[in-house]
Amino acid sequence: MTLTTCLLLASALFSVGVYGLLTRQQLVAVLVSVELMANAANIVLVAFSHFTASPLGQVFTLFALAITVAEVAVGLALALLLYRTHASSRLDAAKEMNG
Amino acid sequence: MITTIGFGLLAALLVGSALYVVRATNLVHSVLGLGVTLSITALLYALLEANFVAGVQVLLYVGGVVTLMIFGVMVTRRHDGIVVRSDSANEVRGLLGGGGIFVLLALSILESDLPSSPVGPAPSTASLASELLGPHVVAFEALSMLLLAAIVGAIVIARRRDFGEPRQDLVTRARAAREALRVEALRAEAEAPSPEPAASDAAEPPRADEALPSTDGSVPAQEASS
Repeated sequence: MTLTTCLLLASALFSVGVYGLLTRQQLVAVLVSVELMANAANIVLVAFSHFTASPLGQVFTLFALAITVAEVAVGLALALLLYRTHASSRLDAAKEMNG
Repeated sequence: MITTIGFGLLAALLVGSALYVVRATNLVHSVLGLGVTLSITALLYALLEANFVAGVQVLLYVGGVVTLMIFGVMVTRRHDGIVVRSDSANEVRGLLGGGGIFVLLALSILESDLPSSPVGPAPSTASLASELLGPHVVAFEALSMLLLAAIVGAIVIARRRDFGEPRQDLVTRARAAREALRVEALRAEAEAPSPEPAASDAAEPPRADEALPSTDGSVPAQEASS
């Protein structure tokens, strides 16, 4: 377990999140993919904190965790609103904002 | 040695469960897979000697976010939480985007000069606390305000009523219209001197209207099969 393998693992997770973000159509599934990507970023922060022996990475991870929770709350409220106004949780239901 | 084996095992499990999360056709399974992924991440944090962050990850993510997401799926699903699979163009786009980003990140990681072992003892939870409540106490307090604002904003967005008439009321409206037609037909039947034309009138409109909810119901089935 070196810093390089940790970072490679995190970038693999991030890429899986990007794949989900680009292929999924439902708003909740897109939120799940965004969670995966945020998780990969947190892994990078904790890995750097471990290998540089500094608590700053962990402090930043805690902030990022709390902000992600806030993001999920707002995102789910938007999913609820999309479902109520368009009777669907699919993202392409809300096409009237297209240019 | 044990750390290496453990790390390899955790890495394989992490990538596998993440792939399951983005590939599962059932949205509930996908969210539960996210819970598994986040739990394995907590184990990885413990392996990286970040015990406090591992605990917060389990409490906040696995306990909070996954529960919240399950609620979100349950509230917004129409038919057993079936996820619509993406078409082939999206598949290509996702593979290109994800693969491209992974290749870019991996190349830059392998190029850079990184330490292979920790340069000192792992930071203790006590040092984490003195960082959090020392130099970063203002950000720490601002974070609580951010959480409060986000939760209040989420409630305001979710409880909003002035976004026009929701389309899911179509079924209810069709039902009300059919009921009105039936009452109308009954009234015509009662007022008409001869029952024959009134009865045929009464039979026609409800049958035409009967088709409305069934076409509504067939839309999700088509979505699920495509």
